[in-house]
Amino acid sequence: MTVEQIGSEGKDQFPIGMRVLAVDDDPTCLLLLGTLLRRCQYHVTTTSQAKTALKMLRENKNKFDLVISDVHMPDMDGFKLLEHVGLEMDLPVIMLSANGDTKLVMKGITHGACDYLLKPVRIEELQNIWQHVARRKKKDRCNSGSKDKPHPDSGEAAGIGNVDNNGKLNKKRKDQNEDEDDERDENGHDNEDPSAQKKPRVVWSVELHRKFVAAVNQLGIDKAVPKKILELMNVEKLTRENVASHLQKFRLYLKRISCVANQQANMAAALGTADSAYLRMGSLNGLGNFHTLAGSDQLHNAAFRSFPPSGVLGRLNTPAGLGIRGLPSPGTIQLGHVQNSGHPTNDLSKLQSFVPGNHNTNILQGMPMSLELDRLQHNKSVGHIGELPTTDSTTVFPGSGKLVDARITGFSNNPLLGVTSNSLMLEGSSQQATSHTSVSAIGFQNGNALSDFTSIAPASYQLQDSKAGSQGQASPINCNAGQIIRSAPQEWNAPRKDAPYQSHASINSSIPINSAMIQLGQCLDRNNSIFHRTTDLDSVGPLNFVDPLSIKHGEGDNSIMEPSVIEKEGYLMFQPRPHGSHVPDNIGSLEDLASAMMKQEGGCNGYSLRTSI
Amino acid sequence: MERNPMRRQLASLRKSLFDQGYLDEQFMELEQLQDDANPNFVEEVVTLYYRDSARLILNLDHALERRPLDFSKLDGLMHQFKGSSSSIGAKKVKAESTLFREYCKYGNAEGCMRTFQQLKKEYATLRKKLETYFQLARQIGPMESANRPK
Repeated sequence: MTVEQIGSEGKDQFPIGMRVLAVDDDPTCLLLLGTLLRRCQYHVTTTSQAKTALKMLRENKNKFDLVISDVHMPDMDGFKLLEHVGLEMDLPVIMLSANGDTKLVMKGITHGACDYLLKPVRIEELQNIWQHVARRKKKDRCNSGSKDKPHPDSGEAAGIGNVDNNGKLNKKRKDQNEDEDDERDENGHDNEDPSAQKKPRVVWSVELHRKFVAAVNQLGIDKAVPKKILELMNVEKLTRENVASHLQKFRLYLKRISCVANQQANMAAALGTADSAYLRMGSLNGLGNFHTLAGSDQLHNAAFRSFPPSGVLGRLNTPAGLGIRGLPSPGTIQLGHVQNSGHPTNDLSKLQSFVPGNHNTNILQGMPMSLELDRLQHNKSVGHIGELPTTDSTTVFPGSGKLVDARITGFSNNPLLGVTSNSLMLEGSSQQATSHTSVSAIGFQNGNALSDFTSIAPASYQLQDSKAGSQGQASPINCNAGQIIRSAPQEWNAPRKDAPYQSHASINSSIPINSAMIQLGQCLDRNNSIFHRTTDLDSVGPLNFVDPLSIKHGEGDNSIMEPSVIEKEGYLMFQPRPHGSHVPDNIGSLEDLASAMMKQEGGCNGYSLRTSI
Repeated sequence: MERNPMRRQLASLRKSLFDQGYLDEQFMELEQLQDDANPNFVEEVVTLYYRDSARLILNLDHALERRPLDFSKLDGLMHQFKGSSSSIGAKKVKAESTLFREYCKYGNAEGCMRTFQQLKKEYATLRKKLETYFQLARQIGPMESANRPK
């Protein structure tokens, strides 16, 4: 009777008091199991319903150390429960069954069970199950010891664009998820939801993010290490851990963007020049910029660059998210499409027109275009871009901060806007980052856009995280990030995957990408491994996007933006959420956006959104 | 003093259950779990088993009335039943369950039905014997019954 009580301090007397959750629909077996476990001096909780078990586990992840579950249950398959527990709570799960078929046992293994016991279970077998918990604890300790390391490493080492990174990132994705979660809790990132807070959270505000991106840009995505970033940022109370975690997310974001960008390559190629234009658009104050954009290959904003071929942008714009639906379609954005870059301006102009004209949001508007681009299939998005410049530099992208605000909100309704803001972010050299959500940053903005981008991206990340498969969402955001990054470094030409970062530089700071981005990355990853790369936000650099753009010519074939790409990704943010979830003012918007996306996706639940904003 | 004959009787009854194959080692495991904290554990588990498995028996009966037989469903039901039965150490019942599942696997309807009838008999027989056993055990006293087996 008292055995249970031992559980309370369990840890100290481990394995005594180890907290076990036993699930079995058969009451006889459950009673037996519970009694056996108590005899082993574990702290036991029993339930005959898998759903109840999950609920209990979800309520408090730290409430149990181990789960033992029957395989055959009426309300939920034991393997399914196993999966859920493994994914959500990452607790060791032992399967129990009267059937010892090799196939079933194998199934248990593949689903991640750490052991498979046959009924009737004997006490001797249960006396050793604590080893699974001990093993995991040990592993966790090792991981957390170097928790920060993997992140920066992955980012740095890979140089963001590297395929290796992808692999690494991919591999780490789950870890990262976990780590991120952990980090969030531990580092106090604001991404996390406060309930699990253990330390004061660091809120990656737009401003902070901007600084971050600036620092990263300054250092160069490859060389951006948390320590140096921290030094450059010079923010009190910011720990290296915070930065490291944020960096990781940023990288993911960039990766994603670059992935998109790469995919966009075709589009970019087509857009190629147009892209430049786009990017320029960001910086251009008015349409005039368009010209520049069109002509100059180097987006001076580079924002565009990062704006990966329409795809990315398109996504952002996609009316779905931006609400731009109304965007003038095809004609406008053509930017990307333009194949002949010569027309970028034209397109741009189209874009311009597109932009609803919110000045502040203009930029956003412009941005959305990019998103739209995608949607429109290049045409549209391009149009948007053009728009950006209209309002004024600020609006367009430069908005850096402003846009951000506008944008995010814009997102919801104004796809363009939303986009723009993002793009704005991009443009500014990331200063803007404000609009995290501005996925739009996609590249519109020249440097600022990047920032926005990042911001946008973050939003997306956030969304992404929800695991809801916001993939679509993730993608868009990533694009942004990528784009943003792009703007900075003008490297487009090298469509390298690693390049993506370039724009990134600008992103710095603004994008609280944090969760958003990461989520994006994650989501994207889902769709697309490319995004995976984005983790390196930093490294992602616009290039990726740019590259596609630069590639332009050749591949351009279909949509400039390569809507497919974007689509694949799931439309960076916008898509999923047709209206954007009214991003509340830049930061908020990102989050909202993210959340919106997530919701759409089904489920992020604020997971991500919270993060950056 | 008076208890001795009863204890002897109980011991003898218990032994016969094992010897005749009605119970297996799992029952002993249950007995081991019985202690001061859980003085009637074995009886509790067995009671629970009979209560819960009655439902399964009923479902199996119904399933066996359908035509054609849904072997997969029958197998599933029997799987559950088998799991329960093995938890209390009901050896013969468990054996019949296994046999039943084999017949299901081969789609042998007649085999299934025949086996199920046999299974129900064993199930009923065991129940009676265990009821007697527990009655006697209660008379003797929890301590003693806890100490007795082993």
